[in-house]
Amino acid sequence: MVWLKLDKELIQKVAKNARLSLTESEIKEFLPQLKEILDSFSEIDKAPTKNVKPSFQPLEIKNVYREDKVEPSLTQEEALANTQHKEKGFFKGPRAI
Amino acid sequence: MKVKEYLKEVKNKKVSVVDTISSILEEAKKLNKEYNYFNTISENQALQQAKLIEKNPKGKLAGLPISVKDCLCVKDIESTAGSKILKGYKPPFTATAVQKAINEGAIVIGKTTQDEFGFGSFSINTELKPKNPYNKDRVCGGSSGGAAGFTAITKHPHIAIAESTGGSIVNPASFCGVAGLCPTYGLVSRYGLIDYASSLDKIGPIAKTIEDIQLMLSVISGYDPKESTSLKDNPKKDSKVKEIAIIKESLNINPEIKDLILSKVEKYELISLPTVKKYSIPTYYLIAMAEASTNLARYCGLRYGLHQELKGNFDDYFSSVRSSAFSKEAKRRIILGTFARMAGFRDAYYLKAMKVRSLIIEEYKKAFKKFDILISPTMPITAPKFSEVNKLTPLENYMMDALTAGPNLAGLPHLSVNAGFIEKMPVGIMYITNHLEENKLLNAKLT
Repeated sequence: MVWLKLDKELIQKVAKNARLSLTESEIKEFLPQLKEILDSFSEIDKAPTKNVKPSFQPLEIKNVYREDKVEPSLTQEEALANTQHKEKGFFKGPRAI
Repeated sequence: MKVKEYLKEVKNKKVSVVDTISSILEEAKKLNKEYNYFNTISENQALQQAKLIEKNPKGKLAGLPISVKDCLCVKDIESTAGSKILKGYKPPFTATAVQKAINEGAIVIGKTTQDEFGFGSFSINTELKPKNPYNKDRVCGGSSGGAAGFTAITKHPHIAIAESTGGSIVNPASFCGVAGLCPTYGLVSRYGLIDYASSLDKIGPIAKTIEDIQLMLSVISGYDPKESTSLKDNPKKDSKVKEIAIIKESLNINPEIKDLILSKVEKYELISLPTVKKYSIPTYYLIAMAEASTNLARYCGLRYGLHQELKGNFDDYFSSVRSSAFSKEAKRRIILGTFARMAGFRDAYYLKAMKVRSLIIEEYKKAFKKFDILISPTMPITAPKFSEVNKLTPLENYMMDALTAGPNLAGLPHLSVNAGFIEKMPVGIMYITNHLEENKLLNAKLT
Protein backbone atom coordinates (compact mmCIF):
# COMPACT_ATOMS: atom_id res chain seq x y z
CA MET A 1 0.00 0.00 0.00
CA VAL A 2 1.17 3.50 -0.72
CA TRP A 3 1.60 5.14 2.65
CA LEU A 4 0.52 8.64 2.37
CA LYS A 5 -0.03 11.58 4.58
CA LEU A 6 -3.64 12.54 4.13
CA ASP A 7 -3.66 16.20 5.03
CA LYS A 8 -5.56 19.35 4.26
CA GLU A 9 -3.48 20.07 1.19
CA LEU A 10 -4.08 16.65 -0.36
CA ILE A 11 -7.83 16.73 0.34
CA GLN A 12 -8.05 20.15 -1.29
CA LYS A 13 -6.10 18.93 -4.30
CA VAL A 14 -8.37 15.90 -4.75
CA ALA A 15 -11.49 18.01 -4.21
CA LYS A 16 -10.31 20.49 -6.83
CA ASN A 17 -9.83 17.66 -9.34
CA ALA A 18 -13.40 16.58 -8.60
CA ARG A 19 -14.73 20.16 -8.96
CA LEU A 20 -15.73 20.48 -5.34
CA SER A 21 -14.89 23.44 -3.16
CA LEU A 22 -14.89 22.36 0.46
CA THR A 23 -15.48 24.73 3.36
CA GLU A 24 -13.03 24.89 6.27
CA SER A 25 -15.51 23.06 8.50
CA GLU A 26 -16.03 20.32 5.90
CA ILE A 27 -12.27 19.77 5.66
CA LYS A 28 -12.02 19.65 9.44
CA GLU A 29 -14.85 17.11 9.61
CA PHE A 30 -13.76 14.98 6.64
CA LEU A 31 -10.05 14.70 7.40
CA PRO A 32 -10.22 12.30 10.37
CA GLN A 33 -13.15 10.41 8.79
CA LEU A 34 -11.30 9.82 5.52
CA LYS A 35 -8.13 8.86 7.38
CA GLU A 36 -10.05 6.27 9.40
CA ILE A 37 -11.70 4.88 6.26
CA LEU A 38 -8.46 4.60 4.28
CA ASP A 39 -6.71 3.04 7.25
CA SER A 40 -9.38 0.38 7.47
CA PHE A 41 -9.44 -0.16 3.69
CA SER A 42 -5.67 -0.66 3.60
CA GLU A 43 -6.51 -4.17 4.87
CA ILE A 44 -6.80 -5.26 1.22
CA ASP A 45 -3.07 -4.76 0.93
CA LYS A 46 -2.70 -8.12 2.67
CA ALA A 47 -4.70 -10.02 0.05
CA PRO A 48 -2.48 -12.31 -2.05
CA THR A 49 -3.06 -10.99 -5.57
CA LYS A 50 0.19 -11.89 -7.30
CA ASN A 51 -0.67 -13.15 -10.82
CA VAL A 52 -4.38 -12.50 -10.16
CA LYS A 53 -6.21 -10.74 -12.99
CA PRO A 54 -8.51 -7.85 -12.08
CA SER A 55 -12.30 -8.34 -12.48
CA PHE A 56 -13.54 -5.06 -13.92
CA GLN A 57 -16.97 -6.69 -14.14
CA PRO A 58 -18.38 -9.53 -12.02
CA LEU A 59 -19.06 -11.63 -15.13
CA GLU A 60 -17.07 -11.85 -18.30
CA ILE A 61 -18.42 -9.33 -20.74
CA LYS A 62 -17.78 -9.21 -24.46
CA ASN A 63 -17.60 -6.15 -26.67
CA VAL A 64 -20.89 -5.29 -28.27
CA TYR A 65 -21.00 -4.09 -31.85
CA ARG A 66 -23.83 -2.80 -33.95
CA GLU A 67 -24.22 -1.64 -37.51
CA ASP A 68 -23.20 1.98 -37.98
CA LYS A 69 -26.71 3.08 -38.83
CA VAL A 70 -28.57 6.19 -37.68
CA GLU A 71 -31.42 5.32 -35.34
CA PRO A 72 -34.08 7.52 -33.78
CA SER A 73 -32.88 9.43 -30.71
CA LEU A 74 -33.89 12.48 -28.69
CA THR A 75 -34.99 15.53 -30.65
CA GLN A 76 -33.08 18.77 -30.10
CA GLU A 77 -36.07 20.09 -28.18
CA GLU A 78 -36.16 17.04 -25.90
CA ALA A 79 -32.41 17.22 -25.29
CA LEU A 80 -32.73 20.87 -24.24
CA ALA A 81 -35.96 20.44 -22.27
CA ASN A 82 -34.25 20.23 -18.89
CA THR A 83 -31.84 23.15 -19.15
CA GLN A 84 -32.34 26.80 -18.25
CA HIS A 85 -29.16 27.70 -20.09
CA LYS A 86 -29.85 27.52 -23.81
CA GLU A 87 -29.63 29.79 -26.82
CA LYS A 88 -30.56 29.23 -30.47
CA GLY A 89 -30.96 25.49 -29.95
CA PHE A 90 -27.64 25.05 -28.12
CA PHE A 91 -26.63 24.56 -24.49
CA LYS A 92 -25.17 27.77 -23.12
CA GLY A 93 -22.18 27.21 -20.86
CA PRO A 94 -19.99 29.29 -18.58
CA ARG A 95 -16.84 31.00 -19.87
CA ALA A 96 -14.19 28.48 -20.96
CA ILE A 97 -11.28 30.60 -19.73
CA MET B 1 -55.92 -8.53 -2.37
CA LYS B 2 -52.98 -10.53 -3.64
CA VAL B 3 -51.28 -9.43 -6.88
CA LYS B 4 -52.15 -12.63 -8.75
CA GLU B 5 -55.83 -12.53 -7.78
CA TYR B 6 -56.05 -8.85 -8.63
CA LEU B 7 -54.51 -9.36 -12.08
CA LYS B 8 -57.02 -12.12 -12.78
CA GLU B 9 -59.92 -9.92 -11.74
CA VAL B 10 -58.67 -7.07 -13.93
CA LYS B 11 -58.55 -9.42 -16.92
CA ASN B 12 -62.09 -10.58 -16.19
CA LYS B 13 -63.16 -6.94 -15.65
CA LYS B 14 -64.41 -7.75 -12.16
CA VAL B 15 -62.41 -4.99 -10.53
CA SER B 16 -61.99 -1.37 -11.58
CA VAL B 17 -58.40 -0.39 -12.39
CA VAL B 18 -59.32 3.30 -12.04
CA ASP B 19 -60.75 2.71 -8.54
CA THR B 20 -57.71 0.68 -7.48
CA ILE B 21 -55.26 3.30 -8.77
CA SER B 22 -57.24 6.17 -7.18
CA SER B 23 -57.30 4.31 -3.91
CA ILE B 24 -53.58 3.47 -3.83
CA LEU B 25 -52.72 7.08 -4.81
CA GLU B 26 -54.81 8.35 -1.88
CA GLU B 27 -53.08 5.87 0.41
CA ALA B 28 -49.63 6.88 -0.88
CA LYS B 29 -50.37 10.60 -0.42
CA LYS B 30 -51.74 10.09 3.07
CA LEU B 31 -48.84 7.86 4.15
CA ASN B 32 -46.29 10.21 2.68
CA LYS B 33 -47.12 12.92 5.23
CA GLU B 34 -46.02 10.56 7.96
CA TYR B 35 -43.63 8.05 6.39
CA ASN B 36 -41.85 9.72 3.40
CA TYR B 37 -41.99 6.81 0.98
CA PHE B 38 -42.23 8.89 -2.22
CA ASN B 39 -40.23 11.76 -3.69
CA THR B 40 -42.90 12.15 -6.38
CA ILE B 41 -46.40 10.71 -6.67
CA SER B 42 -47.37 10.68 -10.35
CA GLU B 43 -51.10 11.04 -9.89
CA ASN B 44 -52.17 12.45 -13.26
CA GLN B 45 -50.12 10.08 -15.37
CA ALA B 46 -51.23 7.07 -13.30
CA LEU B 47 -54.93 7.93 -13.54
CA GLN B 48 -54.71 8.58 -17.28
CA GLN B 49 -53.08 5.23 -17.82
CA ALA B 50 -55.57 3.48 -15.54
CA LYS B 51 -58.47 4.68 -17.70
CA LEU B 52 -56.85 3.28 -20.85
CA ILE B 53 -56.01 -0.06 -19.23
CA GLU B 54 -59.44 -0.46 -17.69
CA LYS B 55 -60.94 -0.38 -21.17
CA ASN B 56 -58.40 -2.75 -22.63
CA PRO B 57 -56.54 -4.81 -20.00
CA LYS B 58 -53.65 -6.37 -21.91
CA GLY B 59 -50.34 -7.74 -20.66
CA LYS B 60 -48.93 -9.77 -17.78
CA LEU B 61 -49.20 -6.84 -15.35
CA ALA B 62 -52.35 -5.16 -16.69
CA GLY B 63 -53.58 -2.62 -14.15
CA LEU B 64 -50.94 -3.37 -11.51
CA PRO B 65 -49.74 -0.37 -9.48
CA ILE B 66 -45.95 -0.28 -9.31
CA SER B 67 -43.55 2.09 -7.58
CA VAL B 68 -40.15 2.90 -9.05
CA LYS B 69 -37.01 3.79 -7.11
CA ASP B 70 -36.13 7.40 -7.77
CA CYS B 71 -32.87 6.52 -9.55
CA LEU B 72 -34.73 4.94 -12.48
CA CYS B 73 -35.74 7.39 -15.19
CA VAL B 74 -39.42 7.60 -16.03
CA LYS B 75 -40.42 9.91 -18.89
CA ASP B 76 -41.89 13.24 -17.76
CA ILE B 77 -41.85 12.23 -14.05
CA GLU B 78 -39.30 13.99 -11.85
CA SER B 79 -36.40 11.57 -11.27
CA THR B 80 -33.76 12.77 -8.81
CA ALA B 81 -32.08 9.62 -7.39
CA GLY B 82 -32.67 11.35 -4.05
CA SER B 83 -30.26 14.17 -4.92
CA LYS B 84 -30.69 17.92 -4.80
CA ILE B 85 -28.51 18.22 -7.89
CA LEU B 86 -31.24 16.54 -9.98
CA LYS B 87 -34.11 18.64 -8.59
CA GLY B 88 -36.64 19.27 -11.33
CA TYR B 89 -35.16 16.78 -13.78
CA LYS B 90 -37.89 15.21 -15.89
CA PRO B 91 -36.28 12.57 -18.11
CA PRO B 92 -37.21 12.62 -21.81
CA PHE B 93 -37.14 8.79 -21.81
CA THR B 94 -37.97 5.79 -19.62
CA ALA B 95 -35.55 3.17 -18.26
CA THR B 96 -35.81 -0.17 -20.09
CA ALA B 97 -36.82 -2.14 -16.97
CA VAL B 98 -39.67 0.28 -16.22
CA GLN B 99 -40.71 0.47 -19.87
CA LYS B 100 -40.96 -3.33 -20.00
CA ALA B 101 -43.31 -3.28 -16.99
CA ILE B 102 -45.37 -0.46 -18.56
CA ASN B 103 -45.56 -2.41 -21.83
CA GLU B 104 -47.14 -5.26 -19.84
CA GLY B 105 -49.77 -2.90 -18.43
CA ALA B 106 -48.17 -1.85 -15.11
CA ILE B 107 -49.00 1.65 -13.85
CA VAL B 108 -46.28 3.78 -12.23
CA ILE B 109 -47.71 5.51 -9.14
CA GLY B 110 -44.53 7.31 -8.09
CA LYS B 111 -40.81 7.48 -7.38
CA THR B 112 -39.67 6.03 -4.08
CA THR B 113 -37.27 7.66 -1.66
CA GLN B 114 -33.66 6.54 -1.34
CA ASP B 115 -30.22 7.60 -0.15
CA GLU B 116 -28.75 10.14 -2.55
CA PHE B 117 -27.54 8.11 -5.58
CA GLY B 118 -27.74 5.00 -3.35
CA PHE B 119 -25.04 6.27 -0.97
CA GLY B 120 -26.18 4.70 2.29
CA SER B 121 -27.61 1.73 4.15
CA PHE B 122 -30.42 3.53 5.99
CA SER B 123 -32.02 6.00 3.53
CA ILE B 124 -31.01 8.92 5.71
CA ASN B 125 -28.61 10.59 3.25
CA THR B 126 -31.42 12.45 1.53
CA GLU B 127 -34.08 15.06 2.18
CA LEU B 128 -37.14 12.82 2.68
CA LYS B 129 -36.14 10.01 5.03
CA PRO B 130 -38.50 7.01 4.92
CA LYS B 131 -39.67 5.64 8.28
CA ASN B 132 -40.02 1.97 9.14
CA PRO B 133 -43.59 0.67 8.75
CA TYR B 134 -43.26 -1.30 12.01
CA ASN B 135 -41.92 1.59 14.09
CA LYS B 136 -41.66 5.18 12.96
CA ASP B 137 -38.64 5.87 15.17
CA ARG B 138 -36.67 3.37 13.12
CA VAL B 139 -35.21 3.45 9.61
CA CYS B 140 -36.38 1.46 6.59
CA GLY B 141 -32.85 0.49 5.63
CA GLY B 142 -31.34 1.52 2.36
CA SER B 143 -30.76 2.56 -0.09
CA SER B 144 -34.15 1.43 -1.52
CA GLY B 145 -35.88 2.43 1.74
CA GLY B 146 -39.03 3.99 0.28
CA ALA B 147 -39.61 0.97 -1.99
CA ALA B 148 -39.46 -1.56 0.87
CA GLY B 149 -41.39 0.59 3.36
CA PHE B 150 -44.29 1.20 0.99
CA THR B 151 -44.35 -2.44 -0.16
CA ALA B 152 -44.72 -3.56 3.45
CA ILE B 153 -47.43 -1.08 4.45
CA THR B 154 -49.70 -0.80 1.40
CA LYS B 155 -53.09 -2.48 1.55
CA HIS B 156 -53.20 -2.70 -2.25
CA PRO B 157 -51.69 -5.07 -4.80
CA HIS B 158 -48.30 -3.54 -5.64
CA ILE B 159 -44.73 -4.44 -6.65
CA ALA B 160 -41.71 -2.13 -6.38
CA ILE B 161 -38.84 -1.83 -8.84
CA ALA B 162 -35.70 -1.13 -6.84
CA GLU B 163 -31.92 -1.14 -7.36
CA SER B 164 -28.90 -2.52 -5.52
CA THR B 165 -25.22 -1.65 -5.68
CA GLY B 166 -23.95 -3.17 -2.42
CA GLY B 167 -27.10 -4.45 -0.72
CA SER B 168 -29.74 -1.81 -1.41
CA ILE B 169 -32.50 -4.29 -2.25
CA VAL B 170 -32.10 -6.99 0.40
CA ASN B 171 -31.17 -4.62 3.23
CA PRO B 172 -34.44 -2.62 3.26
CA ALA B 173 -36.42 -5.78 2.41
CA SER B 174 -34.98 -7.31 5.58
CA PHE B 175 -35.65 -4.25 7.77
CA CYS B 176 -39.22 -3.89 6.49
CA GLY B 177 -40.17 -7.59 6.48
CA VAL B 178 -40.74 -8.04 2.74
CA ALA B 179 -39.06 -10.01 -0.07
CA GLY B 180 -36.38 -8.52 -2.31
CA LEU B 181 -34.36 -10.02 -5.13
CA CYS B 182 -31.13 -8.65 -6.50
CA PRO B 183 -30.61 -10.58 -9.75
CA THR B 184 -27.41 -11.60 -11.56
CA TYR B 185 -25.41 -8.59 -12.77
CA GLY B 186 -26.57 -7.80 -16.31
CA LEU B 187 -29.81 -9.81 -16.23
CA VAL B 188 -31.94 -6.64 -16.02
CA SER B 189 -30.90 -3.78 -18.30
CA ARG B 190 -29.47 -0.72 -16.58
CA TYR B 191 -30.42 1.57 -19.48
CA GLY B 192 -32.07 4.62 -17.94
CA LEU B 193 -30.69 4.00 -14.47
CA ILE B 194 -29.03 6.99 -12.83
CA ASP B 195 -25.77 5.16 -12.13
CA TYR B 196 -24.00 4.80 -8.82
CA ALA B 197 -21.25 2.27 -9.69
CA SER B 198 -21.57 0.77 -13.14
CA SER B 199 -19.87 -2.58 -12.48
CA LEU B 200 -22.07 -3.16 -9.42
CA ASP B 201 -25.54 -1.71 -10.11
CA LYS B 202 -28.41 -4.17 -10.50
CA ILE B 203 -32.14 -3.55 -10.85
CA GLY B 204 -34.57 -5.92 -9.12
CA PRO B 205 -38.00 -6.21 -7.51
CA ILE B 206 -39.20 -5.80 -3.92
CA ALA B 207 -42.59 -7.38 -3.18
CA LYS B 208 -44.71 -9.04 -0.51
CA THR B 209 -44.21 -12.56 -1.87
CA ILE B 210 -41.69 -14.61 -3.85
CA GLU B 211 -44.42 -15.28 -6.41
CA ASP B 212 -44.67 -11.52 -7.07
CA ILE B 213 -40.88 -11.24 -7.33
CA GLN B 214 -40.86 -14.02 -9.90
CA LEU B 215 -43.59 -12.32 -11.93
CA MET B 216 -41.80 -8.95 -12.00
CA LEU B 217 -38.42 -10.51 -12.79
CA SER B 218 -39.92 -12.37 -15.76
CA VAL B 219 -41.10 -9.01 -17.12
CA ILE B 220 -38.07 -6.75 -16.52
CA SER B 221 -35.20 -9.15 -17.32
CA GLY B 222 -33.75 -9.82 -20.75
CA TYR B 223 -31.15 -8.61 -23.23
CA ASP B 224 -31.18 -4.94 -24.15
CA PRO B 225 -29.09 -3.76 -27.12
CA LYS B 226 -29.07 -0.27 -25.56
CA GLU B 227 -26.97 -1.48 -22.62
CA SER B 228 -23.46 -2.78 -23.20
CA THR B 229 -23.31 -4.96 -20.05
CA SER B 230 -26.72 -6.53 -20.62
CA LEU B 231 -26.54 -10.34 -20.70
CA LYS B 232 -27.73 -12.38 -23.65
CA ASP B 233 -28.33 -15.43 -21.44
CA ASN B 234 -31.55 -16.24 -19.60
CA PRO B 235 -31.67 -17.66 -16.09
CA LYS B 236 -31.06 -21.41 -16.11
CA LYS B 237 -34.15 -23.61 -16.06
CA ASP B 238 -32.91 -26.00 -13.39
CA SER B 239 -34.46 -25.13 -10.07
CA LYS B 240 -33.51 -28.19 -8.03
CA VAL B 241 -31.87 -27.39 -4.72
CA LYS B 242 -29.93 -30.30 -3.27
CA GLU B 243 -27.17 -28.94 -1.06
CA ILE B 244 -27.45 -25.92 1.20
CA ALA B 245 -24.76 -24.35 3.35
CA ILE B 246 -24.81 -21.61 5.94
CA ILE B 247 -21.95 -19.13 5.76
CA LYS B 248 -20.06 -19.69 8.99
CA GLU B 249 -18.65 -16.18 9.39
CA SER B 250 -22.10 -14.62 9.04
CA LEU B 251 -23.24 -16.16 12.32
CA ASN B 252 -20.95 -14.04 14.49
CA ILE B 253 -23.82 -11.69 15.21
CA ASN B 254 -26.62 -11.03 17.68
CA PRO B 255 -27.41 -14.57 19.01
CA GLU B 256 -31.15 -13.98 18.70
CA ILE B 257 -30.82 -13.32 14.97
CA LYS B 258 -28.49 -16.32 14.63
CA ASP B 259 -30.97 -18.67 16.35
CA LEU B 260 -33.84 -17.43 14.26
CA ILE B 261 -31.91 -18.00 11.02
CA LEU B 262 -30.79 -21.50 12.06
CA SER B 263 -34.36 -22.42 12.98
CA LYS B 264 -35.40 -21.74 9.38
CA VAL B 265 -33.06 -24.25 7.77
CA GLU B 266 -33.56 -27.96 8.28
CA LYS B 267 -30.55 -29.63 6.74
CA TYR B 268 -27.37 -27.74 6.10
CA GLU B 269 -23.61 -27.72 6.32
CA LEU B 270 -21.45 -24.83 7.44
CA ILE B 271 -19.11 -23.26 4.91
CA SER B 272 -16.28 -20.86 5.60
CA LEU B 273 -15.69 -17.94 3.21
CA PRO B 274 -12.70 -16.17 4.80
CA THR B 275 -11.78 -14.00 1.79
CA VAL B 276 -15.34 -12.72 1.49
CA LYS B 277 -15.42 -11.95 5.21
CA LYS B 278 -12.06 -10.22 5.31
CA TYR B 279 -12.04 -8.18 2.13
CA SER B 280 -15.63 -7.56 0.97
CA ILE B 281 -16.13 -4.20 2.64
CA PRO B 282 -12.91 -2.42 1.57
CA THR B 283 -13.04 -3.99 -1.90
CA TYR B 284 -16.65 -3.03 -2.41
CA TYR B 285 -16.25 0.53 -1.18
CA LEU B 286 -13.07 1.24 -3.13
CA ILE B 287 -14.64 0.05 -6.39
CA ALA B 288 -18.00 1.68 -5.69
CA MET B 289 -16.48 5.04 -4.77
CA ALA B 290 -14.05 5.07 -7.69
CA GLU B 291 -16.87 4.36 -10.13
CA ALA B 292 -19.25 6.78 -8.39
CA SER B 293 -16.74 9.61 -8.63
CA THR B 294 -16.61 9.23 -12.41
CA ASN B 295 -20.37 8.75 -12.78
CA LEU B 296 -21.05 11.89 -10.74
CA ALA B 297 -18.73 13.98 -12.92
CA ARG B 298 -21.66 14.60 -15.28
CA TYR B 299 -23.55 16.75 -12.78
CA CYS B 300 -22.52 20.32 -13.36
CA GLY B 301 -25.70 22.41 -13.52
CA LEU B 302 -25.67 22.77 -17.26
CA ARG B 303 -27.92 20.31 -19.04
CA TYR B 304 -30.42 19.25 -16.34
CA GLY B 305 -31.18 19.42 -12.65
CA LEU B 306 -30.07 22.26 -10.41
CA HIS B 307 -28.96 25.42 -12.18
CA GLN B 308 -27.33 28.59 -10.98
CA GLU B 309 -26.72 31.92 -12.69
CA LEU B 310 -23.87 31.49 -15.21
CA LYS B 311 -21.01 33.29 -13.48
CA GLY B 312 -17.24 32.94 -13.61
CA ASN B 313 -15.41 30.39 -15.75
CA PHE B 314 -16.52 26.76 -16.11
CA ASP B 315 -14.39 25.59 -13.17
CA ASP B 316 -15.97 28.15 -10.84
CA TYR B 317 -19.48 27.44 -12.10
CA PHE B 318 -19.30 23.62 -11.98
CA SER B 319 -17.64 23.67 -8.55
CA SER B 320 -20.22 26.09 -7.18
CA VAL B 321 -23.21 24.01 -8.35
CA ARG B 322 -21.68 20.71 -7.20
CA SER B 323 -20.55 22.00 -3.81
CA SER B 324 -23.94 23.51 -3.03
CA ALA B 325 -25.99 20.45 -4.06
CA PHE B 326 -24.13 17.26 -3.09
CA SER B 327 -24.61 15.98 0.47
CA LYS B 328 -21.66 15.39 2.78
CA GLU B 329 -21.76 11.65 2.08
CA ALA B 330 -21.66 12.24 -1.68
CA LYS B 331 -18.69 14.59 -1.19
CA ARG B 332 -16.83 12.02 0.94
CA ARG B 333 -17.37 9.33 -1.68
CA ILE B 334 -16.36 11.58 -4.57
CA ILE B 335 -13.16 12.55 -2.76
CA LEU B 336 -12.23 8.98 -1.81
CA GLY B 337 -13.15 7.69 -5.27
CA THR B 338 -11.20 10.41 -7.07
CA PHE B 339 -8.25 9.76 -4.79
CA ALA B 340 -8.32 5.99 -5.45
CA ARG B 341 -8.12 6.63 -9.20
CA MET B 342 -5.42 9.31 -9.13
CA ALA B 343 -1.99 8.76 -10.67
CA GLY B 344 0.26 7.22 -8.04
CA PHE B 345 -2.60 5.66 -6.06
CA ARG B 346 -4.57 3.86 -8.77
CA ASP B 347 -2.61 0.61 -8.62
CA ALA B 348 -2.61 0.47 -4.83
CA TYR B 349 -6.33 1.09 -4.39
CA TYR B 350 -8.47 0.77 -7.49
CA LEU B 351 -6.58 -1.95 -9.35
CA LYS B 352 -5.84 -3.86 -6.16
CA ALA B 353 -9.54 -3.87 -5.28
CA MET B 354 -10.40 -5.23 -8.75
CA LYS B 355 -7.93 -8.07 -8.18
CA VAL B 356 -9.32 -8.85 -4.74
CA ARG B 357 -12.75 -8.96 -6.35
CA SER B 358 -11.41 -11.84 -8.51
CA LEU B 359 -10.40 -13.70 -5.32
CA ILE B 360 -13.85 -13.14 -3.83
CA ILE B 361 -15.62 -14.39 -6.99
CA GLU B 362 -13.32 -17.42 -7.03
CA GLU B 363 -14.18 -18.27 -3.42
CA TYR B 364 -17.91 -18.18 -4.14
CA LYS B 365 -17.51 -20.21 -7.35
CA LYS B 366 -15.66 -22.88 -5.42
CA ALA B 367 -18.49 -23.03 -2.87
CA PHE B 368 -21.08 -23.39 -5.64
CA LYS B 369 -19.32 -26.49 -6.94
CA LYS B 370 -20.67 -28.23 -3.87
CA PHE B 371 -23.67 -26.16 -2.78
CA ASP B 372 -26.69 -24.80 -4.65
CA ILE B 373 -27.53 -22.12 -2.11
CA LEU B 374 -25.55 -20.28 0.54
CA ILE B 375 -27.44 -18.80 3.46
CA SER B 376 -26.75 -15.97 5.86
CA PRO B 377 -28.74 -13.40 7.79
CA THR B 378 -29.38 -10.45 5.46
CA MET B 379 -28.36 -7.86 8.03
CA PRO B 380 -26.40 -8.20 11.27
CA ILE B 381 -29.09 -6.20 13.13
CA THR B 382 -32.77 -5.30 12.96
CA ALA B 383 -33.76 -1.80 11.83
CA PRO B 384 -32.04 0.71 14.12
CA LYS B 385 -33.50 3.98 15.40
CA PHE B 386 -32.77 7.21 13.55
CA SER B 387 -31.13 8.48 16.73
CA GLU B 388 -28.77 5.47 16.75
CA VAL B 389 -27.86 5.81 13.07
CA ASN B 390 -27.07 9.50 13.50
CA LYS B 391 -24.33 8.61 15.96
CA LEU B 392 -22.48 6.25 13.58
CA THR B 393 -19.26 7.37 11.92
CA PRO B 394 -19.06 6.99 8.12
CA LEU B 395 -16.90 3.86 8.55
CA GLU B 396 -19.40 2.33 11.00
CA ASN B 397 -22.10 3.00 8.42
CA TYR B 398 -20.12 1.15 5.75
CA MET B 399 -19.67 -1.87 8.06
CA MET B 400 -23.45 -2.43 7.95
CA ASP B 401 -22.96 -3.92 4.47
CA ALA B 402 -20.76 -6.72 5.86
CA LEU B 403 -23.12 -9.51 4.74
CA THR B 404 -24.42 -7.97 1.52
CA ALA B 405 -21.25 -6.53 -0.07
CA GLY B 406 -19.93 -10.00 -1.03
CA PRO B 407 -22.74 -11.22 -3.31
CA ASN B 408 -23.03 -7.74 -4.81
CA LEU B 409 -19.32 -7.57 -5.65
CA ALA B 410 -19.54 -10.97 -7.32
CA GLY B 411 -22.78 -10.08 -9.15
CA LEU B 412 -24.51 -13.12 -7.63
CA PRO B 413 -28.29 -13.34 -7.36
CA HIS B 414 -29.47 -13.01 -3.78
CA LEU B 415 -32.90 -12.98 -2.20
CA SER B 416 -34.01 -11.79 1.21
CA VAL B 417 -37.26 -13.00 2.75
CA ASN B 418 -38.68 -12.47 6.20
CA ALA B 419 -37.57 -15.09 8.72
CA GLY B 420 -39.52 -13.78 11.69
CA PHE B 421 -39.43 -10.98 14.24
CA ILE B 422 -37.28 -9.96 17.18
CA GLU B 423 -38.87 -7.44 19.53
CA LYS B 424 -41.53 -6.77 16.91
CA MET B 425 -38.96 -5.86 14.23
CA PRO B 426 -38.52 -8.01 11.09
CA VAL B 427 -35.43 -10.16 10.47
CA GLY B 428 -34.41 -11.16 6.95
CA ILE B 429 -32.75 -14.38 5.81
CA MET B 430 -30.62 -14.18 2.66
CA TYR B 431 -30.23 -16.88 0.02
CA ILE B 432 -27.33 -16.54 -2.42
CA THR B 433 -26.83 -18.65 -5.52
CA ASN B 434 -24.58 -18.85 -8.58
CA HIS B 435 -24.87 -16.57 -11.62
CA LEU B 436 -28.13 -17.05 -13.53
CA GLU B 437 -29.48 -19.59 -11.03
CA GLU B 438 -32.36 -17.29 -9.97
CA ASN B 439 -34.81 -20.17 -10.41
CA LYS B 440 -33.17 -22.03 -7.55
CA LEU B 441 -33.99 -19.08 -5.29
CA LEU B 442 -37.47 -18.49 -6.62
CA ASN B 443 -38.73 -22.03 -6.99
CA ALA B 444 -37.24 -23.55 -3.86
CA LYS B 445 -39.66 -23.68 -0.97
CA LEU B 446 -37.84 -21.17 1.16
CA THR B 447 -39.20 -20.36 4.63
